[in-house]
Amino acid sequence: MNYDFNFDVIWRNWDLLAEGLGLGLFLAIVSIAIGCGIGLLAAFGMLSRHRTLRWIAVAYVSAIRNTPILVLILFCYFALPQLGIALDKISSFVFTLSIYAGAYLAEVFRSGLVALPKGLREAGLAIGLTEFKIKTNIIIPVMFRNVLPSLSNNFISLFKDTSLAAAIAVPELTFYARKINVESFRVIETWMVASMIYVVACYVIAALLRRLELRLAVPR
Amino acid sequence: MSPILTISGLHKSFGKVEVLKGIDLTMQQGDVVSLIGSSGSGKTTLLRCVNLLEDFEQGSIELAGQSIGYKQDGGQRRRLSEREIARQRAMTGMAFQQFNLFPHMTAIRNVMLGLIKTKKMPKDEARAIAEKWLERVGMGQRRDHYPGQLSGGQQQRVAIARAIAMNPQIMLFDEVTSALDPELVAEVLAVVRDLANEGMTMLLVTHEMRFARDVSSKVVFMHQGRIHEEGTPEQIFGAPKTERLQGFLANSEF
Ligand SMILES: Nc1ncnc2c1ncn2[C@@H]1O[C@H](COP(=O)(O)OP(=O)(O)O)[C@@H](O)[C@H]1O
Ligand SMILES: [Mg+2]
Repeated sequence: MNYDFNFDVIWRNWDLLAEGLGLGLFLAIVSIAIGCGIGLLAAFGMLSRHRTLRWIAVAYVSAIRNTPILVLILFCYFALPQLGIALDKISSFVFTLSIYAGAYLAEVFRSGLVALPKGLREAGLAIGLTEFKIKTNIIIPVMFRNVLPSLSNNFISLFKDTSLAAAIAVPELTFYARKINVESFRVIETWMVASMIYVVACYVIAALLRRLELRLAVPR
Repeated sequence: MSPILTISGLHKSFGKVEVLKGIDLTMQQGDVVSLIGSSGSGKTTLLRCVNLLEDFEQGSIELAGQSIGYKQDGGQRRRLSEREIARQRAMTGMAFQQFNLFPHMTAIRNVMLGLIKTKKMPKDEARAIAEKWLERVGMGQRRDHYPGQLSGGQQQRVAIARAIAMNPQIMLFDEVTSALDPELVAEVLAVVRDLANEGMTMLLVTHEMRFARDVSSKVVFMHQGRIHEEGTPEQIFGAPKTERLQGFLANSEF
């Protein structure tokens, strides 16, 4: 093999790659935040006494989890406007990723909820709290702390999944890498650097989340 | 003086199994009543009915002049609304076998939660009351520790402070020492004993017979969902009448 490595074009476009990385992180953060809300509702839905609620939550979770995410992205971006729901590229992608995250987090939260000791709720009842206050003050905060490690893993997956936004021309890292690649033909350099950025970013995010987990964990 | 607690004809079933088969019990303010009896006789269920953690099909519980959990409405027996029930639950304090502290809150936050959320107290006032009670159970120094950083005995004392801080009409203790290592039992019993001596009305389930004999104004022996024998500690431990109670005491540790 005789290939002349030349990273010039990468260095010249460094700002684009950084911008793309920033947007990817932003998309992942917004989506996990909304996804947590959806996931929480769906988790309580799955554990509800009401059959209809249970059915809706289970249907949502299994439908989303059994559809490839790329298909969801394309569906929301190209098909929803036909049904009268038109969103711009970024909103459409955040919508998709939130719905997608919600389905996975619902499962995380559901197992977190069933793992809690029954006594927590009863101790809340015994001091006169209503079911709603027990959920918001005790059940959700304790469960949330317990599932933080899974939440971190989900966030990292979600961050990597933001690369799929390139499919609908959302200008994140993968989109810019492809653009640089097409314009410069430095195929190996471009994709090598893009991969490296993802690896380093994921590594740094994991380290930061690990520290956050330690700070928020229930002390023992 | 009118009684603080009146339980009449209480029946409770889990599905088809009748667990409480007509309980009658009256307590005056300041009474300390110990429930003893073998495992499965319905002691926990009785406490849980008083605290409305279980519903019951028949009979009534009256606490400080209020019908607990149900009302008569045009000849119909109706369960009270969730809000009403929550309010009534706060009239009784409960200490559980497994402590059940909120693990994500420090000791003092555990005690403050009910004061702030149920009693709508301002934070400062809640903090002052919580500090007072943690001090009283000997946990003042550990107020900023999390449950996971405390021994079982310390957790149970915080849990007792959490219940008492709500200023309940009656305290319910369900085998508060049976999940503890033997060397931690004494510190918790000392707290319960102090409360009894100060005139707290208490209904307690215990396997500590010596303790029951020392603190109780009345001892109730339960068997298969009924009160089988009751009396003063002297009567129950000194001169048990029924064969069943004699057998139970012979097999108990003192
Ligand atoms: N949630 C429940 N569902 C079904 N049966 C129960 C439940 N709780 C208690 N029981 C039954 O009720 C009976 C009395 O239990 P309990 O009040 O815990 O007795 P004790 O506290 O005296 O040991 C037991 O036979 C027990 O198996
Ligand atoms: Mg019991």
